[in-house]
Amino acid sequence: MESFFHQLIQQLINGISLGSIYALIALGYTMVYGIMKLINFAHGDVYMVGAYFGFFATTVLHLSFVPALIVAMIGAGLLGMFIERAAYRPLRDAPKIAVLITAIGVSLLLEYGGMLLVTPQPRTFPKVFEAVTYNIGGIVVNSQQIVILVVSILLMVILTYVVNRTMIGKAMRAASFDMDAARLMGINVDQVVSFTFGIGSALAGAGGVLVGVYYNSIDPLMGIMPGLKAFVAAVLGGIGIIPGAMIGGVILGVIEALVSGFISSTFRDAAAFGILILILLFKPSGILGKNVREKV
Amino acid sequence: MKTKTKNDLLSLGACFVVYAIIQALITFGVIGQFWQLNIVLIGINIILAVSLNLINGFTGQFSIGHAGFMAVGAYLGAVLTVKMHLPFIVAILGGALAAGFLGFVIGLPTLRLSGDYLAIATLGLGEIIRITILNIPYVGGASGFMGIPRYTTFTWLFFLTVFTVFFVKNFINSTHGRACISIRENEIAAEAMGIDTTRYKVLAFTIGAAFAGVAGALFSHYFYIAHPASFTFMRSFDILTMVVLGGLGSITGSIAGAVLLTFISAALASYPEWRMVIYSLSLIILMIYRPQGLFGNKEFSLKMFSRLTGGGKRGTAQGK
Repeated sequence: MESFFHQLIQQLINGISLGSIYALIALGYTMVYGIMKLINFAHGDVYMVGAYFGFFATTVLHLSFVPALIVAMIGAGLLGMFIERAAYRPLRDAPKIAVLITAIGVSLLLEYGGMLLVTPQPRTFPKVFEAVTYNIGGIVVNSQQIVILVVSILLMVILTYVVNRTMIGKAMRAASFDMDAARLMGINVDQVVSFTFGIGSALAGAGGVLVGVYYNSIDPLMGIMPGLKAFVAAVLGGIGIIPGAMIGGVILGVIEALVSGFISSTFRDAAAFGILILILLFKPSGILGKNVREKV
Repeated sequence: MKTKTKNDLLSLGACFVVYAIIQALITFGVIGQFWQLNIVLIGINIILAVSLNLINGFTGQFSIGHAGFMAVGAYLGAVLTVKMHLPFIVAILGGALAAGFLGFVIGLPTLRLSGDYLAIATLGLGEIIRITILNIPYVGGASGFMGIPRYTTFTWLFFLTVFTVFFVKNFINSTHGRACISIRENEIAAEAMGIDTTRYKVLAFTIGAAFAGVAGALFSHYFYIAHPASFTFMRSFDILTMVVLGGLGSITGSIAGAVLLTFISAALASYPEWRMVIYSLSLIILMIYRPQGLFGNKEFSLKMFSRLTGGGKRGTAQGK
């Protein structure tokens, strides 16, 4: 019985640190969806590129953890803005499905272009700080998990501040509420969309570096599954709602850790999608979402 | 009605001619192994694209879980031939029925969702099907189901493809098909006109899934193996790309999309590292410059040519 509780708490800790990475990626999905109603399938790959920026910043430029994280965030943010400018903006008035296909195209381009540039071999992410393992009454917590948690909470606090307290945040909220009305009010919607992509991608880039630190290994296809799962997290919390993405990410991470700890790790991915189906069937608007009535 | 029957018979005759030509080329060894493989892939992709177009293009229900149904057909067909030693036709029918049934069971609850939510739900379901198969040791688990006999011949493939195309075409032109199109155009209006929208959505979804099952059975009985990695959501995206490339709501468009994309991947096969890069770039460029697909929602027909050459009064009168 005691060992059960031990394992439960252990898996909860693992789940929360994994979940906070999902949350970081999910934030980008949810913000982009909130404004453009677009499932940006390329988002998971931006996260992968972020991890590579972090990798090269530490190995080539010999930066320490925090500067490398900032470099990765800036790089990923610029990439996100570039993708939006080059691939999505020309399709602003196109049918939604065309934009979705474009997103898939961008995703493939990043994955296979990445393979071309950095080879498909997985790379070992360098140790950016001393890994210390703390053993508190049999429960193992390592320094990576603490760093992940601290960095993600910090970034989420900054994001919440930007969205709720600054002018550009106000413009973002206005644009996601009603893009046309926002434009009529004199908001430069293109700029807002670009900024949203930038912030979302920067957060994904940070997530990439954190995953590199956590798992010590990165490869060009690493973004596919976390990307999909982060989307599940965004839907779980209520897509378009920023706190929802954070909650959804953590819940998803915890559930995954519990499933792989108590059932089998092969069912980990199935569990994520199972949750997705259940939430879509019973509360499609997500945990924090409000039901919107369809108007004729 | 008479002209329609006549046209159908004419197209069927044309199909026989095409079949005879390609079969002769294969028999006399003009078409080598590589292109034979690609012809088979084209056929399978046409079945997949046309059946997905029924769901996505004609009924307007955005599904991206087609690979899951294909996997069901591939695996169940393989179980029927390898483990039960039944003939190939039973495998195809069994694959179709199982995939169709699964489509029905899945479609009934999920088709209440709309738009992006449905897309994500079907994507998730496709992955769940794949992961479930991955965890069944009876069908080989993660290493795949091996030792499947090669029953898929060009004849099987060709006539099943033709059957799929004709089935979907006639379905679209029937009362049920019209109902499906009306759901795509405006679901609320369709409902107000007394169309049982849920029923038709589920019907289209079931039929589409069943044909994906057929394609799956053909697939596994050509490549000797059914592997979970062949049925990831990337394959669903591939099929979706063919449909959108050809034009949503155009059967001939789907056929053209399937042929074109299979050819592009075949032509780029000798540059494996560049293949997906070029593929994805052309996808992006095509979507930016022609978001409605090559054919839009129009059907390709010989009338198009008569319009181009100035003949055909209707064409000039419409003047578009």
